[in-house]
Amino acid sequence: MAKYAFFLGCIAPLRYPGIEKSTRVVCENLGIELVDLTDASCCPAPGVIRAFSRKAWLAAAARNLALAEKMELDIVTICNGCFGSLFDAAHELNHNPELLAEVNAILAEIGMEYKGTTKVRHFAEVLYNEVGVEKLKESIKKPLDYKVATFYGCHFLKPSKYKAIDDPEDAHVLDDLVEATGAQSMPRRQKMMCCGAGGGVRSALGDVAMKLTKQNLENMVEGGAEYIVDICPFCHLQFDTGEGELGFSLPVLHLSQLYGIAMGMDAKELGLEAHKVPVTL
Amino acid sequence: MVTPNVDFAKEIAAAGGAEVKMCFQCGTCTASCPSGRQTSYRVRKLMRQAQLGLKEQIFEGEDLWDCTTCYACEERCPRTVPIVDIIITLRNMAVAEGHMFENHKKTAQSLYAIGHTVSINDKVKEQRKALGLSAEPPTVIANPEAMAQLKKVLAAAGFEKIVE
Repeated sequence: MAKYAFFLGCIAPLRYPGIEKSTRVVCENLGIELVDLTDASCCPAPGVIRAFSRKAWLAAAARNLALAEKMELDIVTICNGCFGSLFDAAHELNHNPELLAEVNAILAEIGMEYKGTTKVRHFAEVLYNEVGVEKLKESIKKPLDYKVATFYGCHFLKPSKYKAIDDPEDAHVLDDLVEATGAQSMPRRQKMMCCGAGGGVRSALGDVAMKLTKQNLENMVEGGAEYIVDICPFCHLQFDTGEGELGFSLPVLHLSQLYGIAMGMDAKELGLEAHKVPVTL
Repeated sequence: MVTPNVDFAKEIAAAGGAEVKMCFQCGTCTASCPSGRQTSYRVRKLMRQAQLGLKEQIFEGEDLWDCTTCYACEERCPRTVPIVDIIITLRNMAVAEGHMFENHKKTAQSLYAIGHTVSINDKVKEQRKALGLSAEPPTVIANPEAMAQLKKVLAAAGFEKIVE
């Protein structure tokens, strides 16, 4: 049985706990064991914290990575921000011995060390690469007929030169995962565009973020989508909290929640009451 | 007319932005930028300002902070300039000189106080309990000792100056 250290991050456990719950149930159904990465912190956020201090960002990320190393497990994340931060930090540390020494000197103050043995994985990519579409299809109890706008976000696939999960200009992994539930992935313009929230833009320049969100929503509706399926709680938050103000009402589901529905979980178990845009199953 | 600031250009290079010199100003970045489509932010212009060390232009205004770090520019750059890394370097330099939005400071303070960039509240604790999850997630939020360790790590990396 595949076994991972489960990295929660911030937005999922503290704003959309249904995403955390759905991930736990879906993984259990698929025979994936999640062990809590106890004492972890924020990844820390790649757009804000890294923009303030690369050194502090790296050191705090290395602490999270070192916690998983102690457990001798690879990390699984349910958020593109967490995935981006931890993956990118590990990549930098694994390829720059000077930087690694500097960060380990900091970690030594709390009796820890990052060695570079833990791999950072994303829930969506684990489903695709480790479980596989065929086995996922077998796990579906309630085939769905939703028309879906798949939302990849940015840090799942990019920078692609060392993530190498899928083509960032024309990706298919999330579409295949969504369609395995019976749902239909609808085409649209500018499909790979950012939600607008990243890089600290949501918190400091919220109106700019909303302009990007609006463009995405217009493209989704034009393409015939009735639901949004994301793989990042931050994109999820941006759409779910932004739609009302922008005059849209497409329910927003994290991939784990979509699979939760298709595996027969009910609305209560999925934590849908935390959503601003009502979700009818 | 602009006067290049060679010293500041060298500072940018030393801080990790050396590869900006590879940029030959084709503009593929600007054409790919979803944020620039909505604002006056132009990636190509920012890269040119960095090449010339135009400190005031880089630090003034909001352009430097309009980037969502989506990597669309970097993916398409024919010179493989690590554009987002350069922007992060420029932002680190701006923050070190005290250029920081109030909301960004609050986010940094939240990380330093509770180890997360968003707060915990009674409503979400109730929602978590109703789902059969622990009221507090099993992170630094639930363990003051682990939080103290994180704080130590952040402080050793100079984070106190940022949250002041």
